[in-house]
Amino acid sequence: MKSVGEQRAVEGGHETWIPLLDTATREVFELMLGCPLTVPTSAEAVKPEFTAMVGLAGQLSGVLSVRCDGKAAALMTSKMLGVELSKVGPEVSDALGEVCNMVAGNFKNKISGLAEGCMLSPPTVVTGTDYSLHSLGADSPGLEIRLLFESRPIVISLLIQS
Amino acid sequence: MPIRALIVDDSSVMRKIVERSLRQAGIDLTTVLEAGNGAEALAALQTNAVDLILCDINMPVMDGLEFIKQLPGVANAKDVPVVMITTEGSESHVVQALSCGARGYIRKPFTPEQVKEHVVPVLGGKS
Repeated sequence: MKSVGEQRAVEGGHETWIPLLDTATREVFELMLGCPLTVPTSAEAVKPEFTAMVGLAGQLSGVLSVRCDGKAAALMTSKMLGVELSKVGPEVSDALGEVCNMVAGNFKNKISGLAEGCMLSPPTVVTGTDYSLHSLGADSPGLEIRLLFESRPIVISLLIQS
Repeated sequence: MPIRALIVDDSSVMRKIVERSLRQAGIDLTTVLEAGNGAEALAALQTNAVDLILCDINMPVMDGLEFIKQLPGVANAKDVPVVMITTEGSESHVVQALSCGARGYIRKPFTPEQVKEHVVPVLGGKS
């Protein structure tokens, strides 16, 4: 599954969680959107027009984020609502936030002890391109996976606070 | 038998997914009421009778567990089965929800088959 750096631990420490994050993400897209994710063959850049974030607190503290471009976000919404892409409206942020929420919940439920000992915040969605994301205290290990949704790159990151 | 459902979730997109999953599960929905939190759901039940309630746990204003604790005092909700649909997958959440009166518990992400598996039995032949 790991190849050409598309899927990488940002720093050491929790690399064994990468397959769990990968599985948690794939399950959400397959079950809720009916779309299997694929592994990119090259390191495609993502234009992060949408960033959904869910905070984790408790035995694991950090921020899980899902980043993608506007087309991918609209496609996700279309699949989730079962409507044509042209009919997708302002519910894009709600849809992406819910995807992020489900990935975070599914991920923590796969790690022994975290289902009980880790709470999730409501999702927050940032739109635009001219911003940087910084989580206080998250300069320690983090995880990142890159996948393709309908041929469009998405990035799932877990910043872990020390 | 036609079913009147109340879907409680702070995500409007998720409410639509739950409704679609119920229909895909073969449940004959005649009326679908939506609420964004427990307080809105209680208000909806003041003037509407339903046969089934599907409810998230983590919501603003009033969460799903507090909502189902208050249901015994609501005339339109007496004996109405509640199925929780949530990302919270811990055993303690399941136990807490069931002890508060929930009749079923579905973890997100889910399939229409899982919805059917958990919802049809609690309808007691109404579906």
